[in-house]
Amino acid sequence: PVITVFNCFISVSFQQRIEIHKLRQGDNLILGFSIGGGIDQDPTQNPFSEDKTDKGIYVTRVTEGGPAEVAGLQIGDKIMQVNGWDMTMVTHDQARKRLTKRNEEVVRLLVTRQSLQKAVQQSMMS
Amino acid sequence: MSTAMDTESTYSGYSHYSGHSKKAHRQGRDRHKSPRSKDGSRSEKSVTIQTPPAEPLLGNDASRAEEGQDDNWGETTTAITGTSEHSISQEDIARISKDLEDSVGLDCKRYLGLTVAAVLGLLVFLTPIAFILLPQILWRDDLEPCGTVCEGLFISVAFKLLILLIGTWALFFRQPKADIPRVFVFRALLLVLIFLFVFSYWLFYGVRILDSKDTNYQGIVQYAVSLVDALLFIHYLAIVLLELRQLQPMFTVKVVRSTDGESRYYSLGHLSIQRAALVVLENYYRDFTVYNPALLTASKSRAAKHMAGLKVYNVDGPGNNASGQSRAMIAAAARRRDSSHNELYYEEADHERRVKKRRARLVVAVEEAFTHIKRLQAEEQQKAPGEMMDPREAAQAIFPSMARALQKYLRTTRQQQYHSMESILQHLSFCITNNMTPKAFLERYLNPGPTLQYDRDRWFSKQWTLVSEEAVTSGLQDGIVFVLKCLDFSLVVNVKKIPFIKLSEEFIDPKSHKFVLRLQSETSV
Repeated sequence: PVITVFNCFISVSFQQRIEIHKLRQGDNLILGFSIGGGIDQDPTQNPFSEDKTDKGIYVTRVTEGGPAEVAGLQIGDKIMQVNGWDMTMVTHDQARKRLTKRNEEVVRLLVTRQSLQKAVQQSMMS
Repeated sequence: MSTAMDTESTYSGYSHYSGHSKKAHRQGRDRHKSPRSKDGSRSEKSVTIQTPPAEPLLGNDASRAEEGQDDNWGETTTAITGTSEHSISQEDIARISKDLEDSVGLDCKRYLGLTVAAVLGLLVFLTPIAFILLPQILWRDDLEPCGTVCEGLFISVAFKLLILLIGTWALFFRQPKADIPRVFVFRALLLVLIFLFVFSYWLFYGVRILDSKDTNYQGIVQYAVSLVDALLFIHYLAIVLLELRQLQPMFTVKVVRSTDGESRYYSLGHLSIQRAALVVLENYYRDFTVYNPALLTASKSRAAKHMAGLKVYNVDGPGNNASGQSRAMIAAAARRRDSSHNELYYEEADHERRVKKRRARLVVAVEEAFTHIKRLQAEEQQKAPGEMMDPREAAQAIFPSMARALQKYLRTTRQQQYHSMESILQHLSFCITNNMTPKAFLERYLNPGPTLQYDRDRWFSKQWTLVSEEAVTSGLQDGIVFVLKCLDFSLVVNVKKIPFIKLSEEFIDPKSHKFVLRLQSETSV
C-alpha cells in the first residue's frame, strides 16, 4: 500500500445520511442532541458554520450515549433534510417541530459535515 | 586647537571652581555626586593646561550681595553658574540704557497722537453748536422767524450731541495700555475721515451761508442736524471697525516660548500683526508660567558636555579649515557612544523623587503649623485666654516652624529667587486672614504660576520687540510667523487660519428608531 500524504488545507465537506431511532423517555421521544440556527436567528453567532451568513440548522450538542451519538451524528453537523423535508430555510421553531413529531419513531437526516482531519486520515490510510 | 574650545573649557572650569568655592557654604546637601564636579573632570580629556580665572566675575559678587539681603533666613543659594552670571551683568547694563533712551521717544509719540485726537474731537463736537449759533450772533435781525419746528430741531440736536458725547466717552476715553510701534491704521483712517468731513461741512457753511447771509434759519438748523446725524453714523462706523470686526475668531495662533517650549493656543479675529502681538502678550502674562532661567542650566550643561571632550588636531599641515574641523567634530560626537541619555534618565528620576520627598515634608510641616492658629470669634475676643494677635503677628509666630521645609523645597525646585521671606510672610498673613487651608497657602509655591503672580523685578520680560517679515500694520494671514523678543527669551507666534467648516444637516425621524433582537437559541430535541 502506498502511503500518500495529503498536504492540502482545503476543507472537504461531504454529506451523510444518518438514521436515528428515537428513545422513549417517559412521555417524550428524545433524539439526544441540540440544534441551533434558523432563518430567524443571528447567523454570526454560530460557532460551527463556515460562512457566517449561513442560517441553516446546526447540531450544537450531542448527548453522550444518546440515540444521535449512536447513529453517528456529530457536533457541528449541518442538517440539510429531515425525512425528506428541507431544513436549510426554516425557522428555529419549525426545525424543532419537524424533528420532534410525535408519530415518528425514526428520523432520517441528511447532514453535511466539514472535517479536515477525517479527509487527511482517510487519504493517509489508503 | 580652536579657540572656541578653549573658551569652553575655561567656562566649564569656572563652574567647576564655583561649585567648589560655594560647597563650603552648603550644609546638609546630599548631592555629593553632583554633576557639576564631574563636569570639571570629564571635560578635560586631552592634555591642556587650565588656568584658573584671574578674578571672580562681577556678577558673582552682585548675586552674592543680593542673596545676602534676601536670604538671611537660611543658607546661601548657589543655583547660577558662571556663564549666566556673565550674561546677567551685561544684560543689566543693556537693559538700563535701553530704558533710558526709549522712554522719551515713545512718550512723545503717544501724547502727540492723543492731543491731535482730542483737539479734533472737541472741534467736531462744537461744530453743530457753532452752526446754529453763528447766524443768531451775526445777522439776527434778518433771520426768518422759525418757531416750533426749530425748537424741535434744537431738542433733537441737543440729545443727539449728548448721545454722541456719551458714546465717544465710552468707546474712546480709555487708558492706553500699550505702546505700539506703528500707528493704528483704522484709527488714523477714522480721524482723517472725520477731519475731511467736518472740513467739507465748514467749507459749505462758510461759502453758502456765512458769505451770503442766508435768512432761512430752519434750513441752517436742519443742516446742523444733518451734521450731527452723520457724526453719529461715523461713530457707528468706528465701533464696527475698531471693536466689532475683530471679535469673530478667524485665526488660531500658536505661541511657543523659545527657552523651554511651553506653548499655548489662542483664537483671534481680523487684527493687524501689532494688535495680535498685543493680545498675545496680554495673555502671556496670565497663561504662561514664569520664566525661570535656573531651570535651563541642566540642558546647557549637557550641551556643553556633548562637545567638550573632543579636540581637533590638524596633522596634514597648516591650514585653518574651520568648517571642516567643526564637521569632523560633529561627526565624531555623533559616533561617540556616550551614555548621556542614561544619565539624564536617572538624574530626572532622582530629581523627581527628591522633589516629592521634600514636598511631602513641606506639606506636613505647613499642616502642623496651621493647627497652632485659631481664629477668635467676636464674643470670644473680650475674654481671650492668651494675648491676641493680628494676622501679621500670627504669621510671624508660625512661620519659623515651616520656614526650613519651605526653603528646601523652593531650592529643590529652583524657585527660591521668586519668593523672599517678606513675600512669604505677607502671603501667610493673607491666607490666615481669609481662612485658607494649608493646601491653599501652598498652592502658590508648589507649582510655578503665571508671571503676573510674582514681583515685577523677577519678570525678566518687560520690554518687547516685535520681529516680523511682514509690515506690522498688515492684517493676519494664514502662515504668518512673527517673533516677540525680549532680552532673555522670545515668543514665536505661528498663525493658522481656522478652516472653512462645511456643515450639513441630516434629519432623523424620531419614529425611525427601531430595533430587533439578535437571537441565538439552542433547543434540545
